[in-house]
Amino acid sequence: MFGLNKKDTRLMWIVITMVVFAPFILNPFPETSGMAQFNAGYPDLMQRFVIFGIFAIGFNILFGLTGYLSFGHAAFLGIGSYAAIWMMKLLTMNVIPAIIVSIVVAGLISLVIGWISLRRSGIYFSILTLCFAMMAYALAYSVLTPITGGETGLQPKLNDPRIFDAPLAAGASPKANLFGLQMGATYELKLGGWLFVINAGYYIAGLLMLAAFYLSIRIFRSPFGMMLRAVKSNQQRVNYTGLNSKPYTLAAFVISGMYAGLAGGLLVAMDTQAGAERMFWTASGEVVLMTILGGVGTLIGPVLGAGFIKYMENIVSKINSKVLHEWFAFLPDGMEDFLVAVFYPFVGKGWHLTLGLLFMMIVIFLPGGLMEGGQKIADKFRNKKKNDKDDSAQAAATPAE
Amino acid sequence: MGILEVQNVNKSFGGLKALQNVNLDIEEGTIHAIIGPNGAGKSTLLNCFVGKLVPDTGTVMFDGKSLLGIKPHEINQAGVSRVFQTPEIFSDLTVAENVLIPCFAKRDGAFTLNALARVTGETDVREKAEQMLIDVNMQDKKDMLASSLSRGDKRRLEMAMCLSQDPKLLLLDEPTAGMARADTNNTIELLAQIQERRHITMAVIEHDMHVVFSLAQKISVLAQGTVIAEDLPEKIKGHPKVQEAYLGGAH
Repeated sequence: MFGLNKKDTRLMWIVITMVVFAPFILNPFPETSGMAQFNAGYPDLMQRFVIFGIFAIGFNILFGLTGYLSFGHAAFLGIGSYAAIWMMKLLTMNVIPAIIVSIVVAGLISLVIGWISLRRSGIYFSILTLCFAMMAYALAYSVLTPITGGETGLQPKLNDPRIFDAPLAAGASPKANLFGLQMGATYELKLGGWLFVINAGYYIAGLLMLAAFYLSIRIFRSPFGMMLRAVKSNQQRVNYTGLNSKPYTLAAFVISGMYAGLAGGLLVAMDTQAGAERMFWTASGEVVLMTILGGVGTLIGPVLGAGFIKYMENIVSKINSKVLHEWFAFLPDGMEDFLVAVFYPFVGKGWHLTLGLLFMMIVIFLPGGLMEGGQKIADKFRNKKKNDKDDSAQAAATPAE
Repeated sequence: MGILEVQNVNKSFGGLKALQNVNLDIEEGTIHAIIGPNGAGKSTLLNCFVGKLVPDTGTVMFDGKSLLGIKPHEINQAGVSRVFQTPEIFSDLTVAENVLIPCFAKRDGAFTLNALARVTGETDVREKAEQMLIDVNMQDKKDMLASSLSRGDKRRLEMAMCLSQDPKLLLLDEPTAGMARADTNNTIELLAQIQERRHITMAVIEHDMHVVFSLAQKISVLAQGTVIAEDLPEKIKGHPKVQEAYLGGAH
């Protein structure tokens, strides 16, 4: 289907199902239960899942296929954001021009940065991209303040030109929309104790993520994708096979830059503001973590990694000492205080500690990321099933005495 | 007029003169062996042919065009393929993909942004790669990872990769090094067959005299960076200078 083989079609359907039913899947606990704080099915977080999913899918096209580790991809995310917000200021609050221009601008800038950075490979390439990202951050934060808003960032203002939009009604504020459908438009579905939130912005971002995911499958299965994997495996042989590796890696770099631009544009579409902090080097590091955590070079791994990290960031960081005390309330007081003291550094503001430990464990025990873990579990089940079958087959073969 | 003409090539690394006034003429459609003791400059010479090294002085002409200052992929696209001393293959890819890549490179040139085509849909390239694997008798291993092949198979795969491009000139750097006698004989047979069937010009660097004398139609002997003899195999055998270079003195 759609030019995909059977296995990829199945994967595509799984991802489609996940995206469509995410508001339900991510809200497994009734609203009033104590577990409700583990629910991730609210629009803000779901939007982040799919947007950072796009970011990681794009990053994986560069890192997973060519092996070139960019430490500056957040720059393209930020550039996409600024481009999008300027479209909202100048043209219209409709998200379409914002998203298109964010992809184009990020693509152009990544062409320049990639052209220079790809003169080197390995660690030097990583350092070059890191340098560019830090320059981009410094420019956005101070030098280019008239364009980027510096420390305060940019938001759509009431007096922006917005030449395509009708003047705002008195007292109304500019809201991102798709031909009138506001990104923030939500429908709350109450079923028993459960509350499901259906949000327009999430589904628009989700649709774009599905398109991005589909495109990444096609790239992975194309001759182009095969050449990129060849570059990762043995660049010398690529050159002696009559292939010019430079335009291949540059194309991969630009494609992943455009994915990052799309993610940046969507961040603005969902939450109309842009600031320099999303270009900081930690943001670049985050997408590296997402990709490695999920599984480098796998199709769905980066999406899982992105979801995993964003979940941790938003859910684990919300657990405070009060919540911990509630959990351990059934224990004797001394025990309770002790356990709270043990767990406290790992939750709330300390969520990075938990993430770091998990990351360490995954890199050591599952170098292939979450995908490898899934594979191992699946293999175990399959083997067990096979053994059962063999046993029963044997039992059938030996007649009862 | 040979297909590859090397004239007065010099190359030095620091104070070491690796190549001194090397002249070489490889006839089209022949197998030309380059022999010589270790450190004679054989691999350096080959590196000058494929764009890995640029000679300090001298010219290297292939098919009437100079190869100097041209990038490796352009030299390959012009029709020169090289099998390396240690197999250079795509270890993380399957055997089939290893052969598909040069087939795509041959058809589509140095760069094509065919990101929306499907590898499985490119029937002509796939058939060609499949046939190549059958020719080198590796079709049963096509789904294996190249890294899991034996050393001899890796070398055979590399040869298949080079041959699938229908090169005009195939450079082989010790194609049988580290192979068992049986594998060596297989390789000799394979190369002889290819030469007979496709008339590919080959330049072979080799230490194994058994290989050299079963394949070569002409032999150049390199010692300390210069060609000390170039002749037909039967004449090289008894050449006094060759004996001296190999055995370290006249006998």
